Amino acid sequence: MRRDWLYHFREFRGAYAAGAMFVVIFAVYIAKHQTGWAVPVLTTAANKGVLLAIVAMAQTLPVLTSGIDLSVGMVFVLANCLASHVVVGTPLQAAAGCVAVLATGALCGFVNGAIIVWGRLQPIVTTIATGTVYYGIALGLRPVPGGDVHAGLADALTGALPGGVPAMLVVLVGVVVVVWLPFRRSVVGRAALAIGSSEAAAYMSGVDIGRTKLVTYTLAGLLAAIAGLLLTFVTYSGEASSASGGVYTLNSIAAVVIGGTSLAGGAGSAIGSIFGALVLRTIGDLLFVFDLEPLWQPLFQGVILLVAVSLGALQLLKVTDRLEIFR
Amino acid sequence: MEAILRLEEVSKRYGGVHALERASFACAPGHIHALLGENGAGKSTLIKVMAGVVQPDEGRIVLEGSERRFLHPQEAVAAGIACIFQELSLMPDLSVADNICITNPPRRRGLIDRRAQRRIAEAALARAGAEGIHPLAPVASLSLSRRQMVEIAKALAREPKILILDEATSALTAADVERVFALLHRLRDEGLAIVYISHRMHEVAALADDCSVFRNGRHVATFAAGTRSNAETVAMMIGRDIEHAYPPKPAPLPASDARTPAIEVRDLSWNGQLHDIALTVRRGEIVGLGGLDGQGQRELFLALFGVLRGVSGEVRVEGEPVAVRSPREAKHAGIGIALVPEDRKTDGLMLPMSVRDNLSFAALDRFSRGGVVVASAEAAAVAEIVRRLSIKAPELGDAAGTLSGGNQQKVVIAKWLLNAPRIVLLNDPTRGIDVGTKQEIHVLLRRLADDGAAVLLYSTDYAELIGCCDRVAVFLDGRIVRWLAGDDLNEHALVATALDVAAEATH
Repeated sequence: MRRDWLYHFREFRGAYAAGAMFVVIFAVYIAKHQTGWAVPVLTTAANKGVLLAIVAMAQTLPVLTSGIDLSVGMVFVLANCLASHVVVGTPLQAAAGCVAVLATGALCGFVNGAIIVWGRLQPIVTTIATGTVYYGIALGLRPVPGGDVHAGLADALTGALPGGVPAMLVVLVGVVVVVWLPFRRSVVGRAALAIGSSEAAAYMSGVDIGRTKLVTYTLAGLLAAIAGLLLTFVTYSGEASSASGGVYTLNSIAAVVIGGTSLAGGAGSAIGSIFGALVLRTIGDLLFVFDLEPLWQPLFQGVILLVAVSLGALQLLKVTDRLEIFR
Repeated sequence: MEAILRLEEVSKRYGGVHALERASFACAPGHIHALLGENGAGKSTLIKVMAGVVQPDEGRIVLEGSERRFLHPQEAVAAGIACIFQELSLMPDLSVADNICITNPPRRRGLIDRRAQRRIAEAALARAGAEGIHPLAPVASLSLSRRQMVEIAKALAREPKILILDEATSALTAADVERVFALLHRLRDEGLAIVYISHRMHEVAALADDCSVFRNGRHVATFAAGTRSNAETVAMMIGRDIEHAYPPKPAPLPASDARTPAIEVRDLSWNGQLHDIALTVRRGEIVGLGGLDGQGQRELFLALFGVLRGVSGEVRVEGEPVAVRSPREAKHAGIGIALVPEDRKTDGLMLPMSVRDNLSFAALDRFSRGGVVVASAEAAAVAEIVRRLSIKAPELGDAAGTLSGGNQQKVVIAKWLLNAPRIVLLNDPTRGIDVGTKQEIHVLLRRLADDGAAVLLYSTDYAELIGCCDRVAVFLDGRIVRWLAGDDLNEHALVATALDVAAEATH
């Protein structure tokens, strides 16, 4: 049916818009780049972009429930520091280390969810506090930058596959297929959107709100840890950098918004956030190939973000009961 | 007839107020049972008890012969009770099909089976007589009437044994009402037990097999539909005890009173929810707005106060045409309108701020020079108004949220009086307030009028309208359908007009 297609498009128009924006910006970037379309260029871009893309996916899940997770950047840093200790040795040991890192991230997310659900605290303060705790643990693990990581694994994941496809992109697609798509089609994922759309209506419809939020925040922690693990493979070390954690947290929120997910919750997708993250990353590179001062980068990112948010606010012009603006 | 669901001697208190007092009710398969009663009679609480939204303090719920307790709406749904509430329970961002299947989506290998979900949604929409709604459309894109149809389809998809509809037709277009009536008759013939709340008596006459009347949280009578006249039914619904005396009213102003009215409204319409409202209030008058809750009274106040966009018609204050575009303009000295909103906790007060800050907030311009608040002027005015309204606040620096409900309401009224308004709009100012404070507010309103203000009072309490107001405009579907004054202003006439059975019931 033609209308089916139309409804599908409307539901994901934010993601499509972000995807289109990325394609345009990336095409300009490649066109201006002195090497152009080449495997090393793509691999470097992928290695930088995928990290933020996965952290942005992590942020998307709580945002869909109209919550927020300000600890994703710190879980990302914590996972990085932990991985620089445990993802070493024989392949078997390294694999066990990876599992430990991911489990730690999931635990961090679970703690966030538990405090929000059972402690009934607001997500924003909860995750500011827990994020600081997670950073403290990261600092304890790695007081000064250093450590190591399983070199074979790192090279395989940050290089290119035969045929020139960056391995990181395959990892990203894998994460989407294993985490996001099942979530989107599961009862919990549906419930998460329902809560973000109208928590009262979801409750009245018999949705299990507590369990849904727990799963959502746990998955967010897991995804942030995946990104932290990948960071270790890129840098071959761990660093407890609060600046890096903060920047990733804020950029993840920006990526979510550019990707068409409403901060009010209820509508959006992690795919959009991925493109939002790639757009943010490419803007930085774009200034580089145009030989502009890197100083301009925050200004450009800010303007793009403002434009993206303004589009979402257009519907307010139609409101006839001004009180609804505040609800 | 064998009842499928029985409530026995159910009681529910909110604070000190009895919403339900030892109320009993039973419904049977293959019957449509109408619940009747005026505002606040306890009907809504009763169905919330049935639907597991509210737990009764006392009493038993017996479903199919065994006693049950529903701690959560989910449990009532699982037991076969589906409820369609006045406030829609739809998630606006989700699609129609997602909404219909939200409680128990069809699954394949753990994931939602979208094809099966779509089949279920299409079947449920077809059963509700709403095939025209596309299952993938987001609910937010549908009109209110269509949303209500989705709500009905959602309830049907749960295959209930008992279906409860609370004012389910109030938002429907005429065509959809027809569909819903046909559907309800069909469902009844299929053996469902249907509980139906409506304030439209002709709907009850067209639909119901049995009727139960409630008053003040108590069950009054149950009878087969058609065995009592509308007049008898209305008589059962009223008869509330007069709680206390009201301040004496002045002699009615002569119709030929030549003074310019304080406020004059002509042909005021808004967004399909207000139609051609015309009214005049003179200084010294208290004019009431009557009718059932949600007939446009709130919207009229918001329109006069400048909150609504796209209002058409003419408003004159002291003879001068005005266009009020915001509450800030409304309270300006040249216009001087004050609105005491219906929800004091969200719209009336800033609960965490101090009583003093709340009191002076609407009139800060009067106490400031060059944008700086003159603390002495503020303190003097606040102390004066606290004494005048005898607001009981242990300490003016305490948060407004720590006061009792009655004193909070006094603060809301007082903060507007500091602005010396010419026109005072009050939206149900005594709802949920103790009798003593109520009485004080009634005296205050009369004194305000005597001092030259024009007062417009909306109240869900008919006794209050009768006791306080010089004239009452009865609202129905966004229109003023009747003016009541003098001896015509009695509970019988108010209820009958509100229920639209005026012609036969007034005698």
